[in-house]
Amino acid sequence: MLQKEGEIRIPSGCAISGIFSRSGQRFNGEEIIRSIAAMHDRSNGLGGGFAGYGIYPRTKDLYALHVFYDTPAAKDDCEKFIAQHFEMEVAEKIPTRRDPSITDEPAIWRYFVFPLAKKMLDIQVDEREFVARCVVKINTTIPGAYVFSSGKNMGVFKAVGFPEDVGRYYCLDQYEGYCWTAHGRYPTNTPGWWGGAHPFAMLDYSVVHNGEISSYDANRRFIEMYGYKCTLLTDTEVITYIIDYLNRKKGLTLQEVADVIAAPFWIEIEKMSEADKKKYTYFRNAFSSLLITGPFSILLGFTGGMMALNDRLKLRSMVVGEKADRVYVASEECAIRAIEPELDKIWSPKGGEPVIVTLDEGVTV
Amino acid sequence: MKLTASGMHFRTLNEQIRQSADTDIEITNCCGQRYIGSGLQGKNITIHGVPGNALASYFDGGSITVYGNAQDATCDTMNQGRVVIHGSCGDAAGYGMRGGQLLIRDNVGYRAGIHMKAYKEQQPLIMVGGMAGSFLSEYQAGGTIIVLGLNNQEKPAPIGALCCAGMHGGRLFLRCNSEPTDFDNHILVNRATQEDMQSIEEHLQDFCKTFGISYEEVIAKDFYVITPNTSNPYQALYTKNCV
Repeated sequence: MLQKEGEIRIPSGCAISGIFSRSGQRFNGEEIIRSIAAMHDRSNGLGGGFAGYGIYPRTKDLYALHVFYDTPAAKDDCEKFIAQHFEMEVAEKIPTRRDPSITDEPAIWRYFVFPLAKKMLDIQVDEREFVARCVVKINTTIPGAYVFSSGKNMGVFKAVGFPEDVGRYYCLDQYEGYCWTAHGRYPTNTPGWWGGAHPFAMLDYSVVHNGEISSYDANRRFIEMYGYKCTLLTDTEVITYIIDYLNRKKGLTLQEVADVIAAPFWIEIEKMSEADKKKYTYFRNAFSSLLITGPFSILLGFTGGMMALNDRLKLRSMVVGEKADRVYVASEECAIRAIEPELDKIWSPKGGEPVIVTLDEGVTV
Repeated sequence: MKLTASGMHFRTLNEQIRQSADTDIEITNCCGQRYIGSGLQGKNITIHGVPGNALASYFDGGSITVYGNAQDATCDTMNQGRVVIHGSCGDAAGYGMRGGQLLIRDNVGYRAGIHMKAYKEQQPLIMVGGMAGSFLSEYQAGGTIIVLGLNNQEKPAPIGALCCAGMHGGRLFLRCNSEPTDFDNHILVNRATQEDMQSIEEHLQDFCKTFGISYEEVIAKDFYVITPNTSNPYQALYTKNCV
C-alpha cells in the first residue's frame, strides 16, 4: 500500500529559488519556472512546488485556501467544515493543464473565505490564529483532505513531478506576483505524496527548504506544545511552524528568528560585546529547543517580503543576486543567470546570516 | 572547437568535449552544466558563463579557464592540470585535491581546500586573490593554499571563522593587515620567513601575471604561514594530552 509522508523517512537533496521585486512590480510565474528549471538535476521528479505573492489582487482581503482531496467524501466533509467556520466567497477548481508527467492527481480546489465573526468571538482569538487553527483541524481530523495554502493574496502550488512540469501543470503563466519562490525535490525514497512537496505554508508564511535537519524531533516536541501538529514528519513542516510561532505568536523580528534557529556558537558569543552576549545568551536559553541543526538553506516567503537563511555551518549552497529592484536567491548561480544574465551584484551570504528583503517604503500590494 | 552551451544538458556537452579531436575547446553561454572536465586529460577548455558544480573534478591534466564565477566543488579530487577562474568560486573548492593548481581571482566560499593532500611530486596549490570563507583548510593534509585578500580593507586576515580545524599537514599562507588569531591550539601561526616567501615567489608572480595584478602591491603586505603543530599533533584531538 502507498505510504504517506510520516510513515516513511525521506532524506532529501533539493534546489530552491526565489525572486522578489522591491517595488512591488508583479511579474509572470513563468520566470521562476525558468529559474528552477536551470537546476533540473538537483531534483529527481518526486516533488516540485511554488509560492506566489500578490497573485490574488482582486480577492486580497480574503484567505485563499488551497486544498487537496483524495476522495469526494473528504471534499464534502471539508466543505461542510469551511461553511461552518467561514464566509465563502468563491469555491472553484484550481485550473490545471494536462501534463503526461503529472499523474495520480488528487482533486485540487481553492476557496476564498473570511472567518465568521461569531466563531472568532466564541473562542476569543484573532483572525489569523483562527484560520491557523482551522487549517490544523482540517489537516488532522478530515482524512483525505489537506489544506496546503492558507494565506491572503498568496498561494502555494505543488505536486509530484519535476518543478518545471509542476509549474506548467498549474498554469503559473496565468498568474502575476511580486514575489515567487520555488522548490525542486530530490528525496532518495518517497511515497510520492503531493502534500509532501514544498513549499510548506501556514497562513502567509511559506518555506522552501534544501537540507536535512538533525534537530527535527527536539524541534517537533517543543512546537507541538503550542498547538501545532507535525502531521508529515518532514523537517520543512516543523521549520514553517517554528517561524510562525516565533514571528507571529511571540512577536520576534525575522532577524531575531534567524538568531534563534541559526544561533551563533557559544565560542562566538563569548567574543561578543556585553550587550550582544546578553541578547544571544537569552535567545539560546529561552528557545534552546528551536535551534535548528544540520544542513539547511531555506527561503521564507511572507506578505511583503522574503528571507533567505543558511544553517550556521553553511552546509548547503546559496547565492544572492541583485538587479535594479529585483532580488534573486538560488541554490546555484546558474538559476539566477538563467533569467538575469547581467546582475548589479552577486554574493554568498555567510552561514546563519539572514538576507531579508521587503517592499520599498510606501509600496502596497 | 567552439560549443554554445545554451539549453544543453551536461551529458551532451561533456560528451561533445570528450569526443572532440581538438585540444582547444571554447564553451560559450555556459549556465550550470555540471562536471565539465571531469576526469579529463590533455585538453585546454575556455568557458564563458557559469559552469556548474564539480567543474574539473578528477581533472587529470590540461587547463580550464573560466570567464565568470564557478559554483560548488570545483576541482574536487583534481589530480593535475591548471584551473583559472576569472571571478569567484563557491563552496568546497579543491575538496580532496591531490595535485595541480586552482587560481581564483576573487573570493572563495566555505571549506576551500578541505582535506587537500600531497605526496612527493603531487603538490596541489590553491590561490585566492580575495577573501576565503569559514572552515578554510579544514582537515588539510598537504599542499599549499595562499589567500591574498587584495580586497580586504578591515579584517586582520582574509578568512572567516574556524579555519584550519583538524588541519594536520600542508601550509596556509595569508596576506594580512595584522597577525591572524582565532586558531585552535594545534595550529602554529608564524610571520613568513624569507625562505617561506621564496618557496611561493614563483606562484605569486604567476598569479599576478595571470590576472594582471601588481606583484609589488601583493608583497607589500605581511604574509603569515599557518601550519599544524607537528610536535604533538594529537594534543587536543579528543582531550588535552600532557606534553
